[in-house]
Amino acid sequence: MKDVKVLGPGCKRCEAAEAMVRDAASRLGIDVTVEKVTDYAEIARFGVASTPGIVIDGKVVHAGGLPQEGALEKWLQS
Amino acid sequence: MSIEAIAARPYEQNRPPLWKWFAGLALALVAWGLAYSQLVRVSEWLVSLMPVDRTSHLGEALAFFFYDTPKVLMLLTLIVFAMGVVRSYFSPEKTRALLAGKREGVANVMAAGLGILTPFCSCSAVPLFIGFVSAGVPLGVTFSFIIAAPMVNEVALGLLFGLVGWKVALTYLGFGLGLAIVAGWVIGRLKLEGWLQDWVKQIHAGGGTFVPDERLAVDDRIRLGIEAVKDIVGRVWIWVIAGIAVGAVIHGYVPAELMARILGADAWWSVPSAVALGIPMYTNAAGVIPIVEALLGKGAALGTTLAFMMSVIALSLPEMIILRKVLTLRLIAVFVGVVGTGILAVGFLFNMLFH
Repeated sequence: MKDVKVLGPGCKRCEAAEAMVRDAASRLGIDVTVEKVTDYAEIARFGVASTPGIVIDGKVVHAGGLPQEGALEKWLQS
Repeated sequence: MSIEAIAARPYEQNRPPLWKWFAGLALALVAWGLAYSQLVRVSEWLVSLMPVDRTSHLGEALAFFFYDTPKVLMLLTLIVFAMGVVRSYFSPEKTRALLAGKREGVANVMAAGLGILTPFCSCSAVPLFIGFVSAGVPLGVTFSFIIAAPMVNEVALGLLFGLVGWKVALTYLGFGLGLAIVAGWVIGRLKLEGWLQDWVKQIHAGGGTFVPDERLAVDDRIRLGIEAVKDIVGRVWIWVIAGIAVGAVIHGYVPAELMARILGADAWWSVPSAVALGIPMYTNAAGVIPIVEALLGKGAALGTTLAFMMSVIALSLPEMIILRKVLTLRLIAVFVGVVGTGILAVGFLFNMLFH
């Protein structure tokens, strides 16, 4: 079970990023829990300055905009 | 195709070779240039189709509208594409790493410059502010960055260059940067860290050193440019057309003497009124420039017009409401005061210099 957090105050891109994570996970057949983090303080604690950001198992893998599909799959599989 | 779909396209499969990207780009640029060179002819032809006298007020307004609409949209597309590619080399996290722990002074200059180049959407303003401050970027330097980003809008800069000329564009760039540097430095000197919201002060970034691993290929960067065009031009075109319509009315109907009386360099109150008028106006930079173009064409003073433009772009109420989450009201008041004073100074100075 992978623990994925999508960091973002709730703009359109943040929602799109969350949808991308869910899609990629179901396509790859990976079991994930997706949690949205909208609290600014918590986002800052991850050291991310631009949203949306993606955290997988506690590690920040991406920040600022939508991830690329290929990269996202790689992060989910590793 | 939506930007989401473009970003989501699997990038390992069916990747066209690089030369195709460059050939496509070159072709698009040639087509752009050819179309651009025909704009006057097309707009005059369109007006001649209308049952209006070309020299009438309406004829003038229509000619302005038919000429400026394709021109601004074409310029906008080119500028946004180029900036999309350039910005793929920058990220807020990299910028923050560059600025963290730097001494004020040089860092203010760097922050102002990076503020123009670093991409971030307005919904990121708060995380960005906190991210900078909590990672040890001095408050004044953070302000230089936060002020420069909207103040020297790269789209406004490119449009000014294309519509009004390089002198005005360059002055805008110089004074916008200068203002961001000085205002940030002043705020830093005032030692206002205590005026941040309490919860912001308490944050110490845990993994505050995240720097994205961006080894993008050239075609990825080109694709990011195209994505930026779809996103930004797709969002602001309506504002652009509204701005051009206002500009067209000014161009066709407002008498030059009236303009000189209201926005001329002689009326001392023209600069403060222009700033006061600009604050509650919230429009896109791309929509303001056609208005600026028409105002200048009618003989409005350069300083007054630039002050109006800068206050529309840099002192917008919605942005202050967003920043309210991290700054206390007192700190916002200082921010508005410093930036507003700077804009007034720019306005008066220009009216004096170009009188």
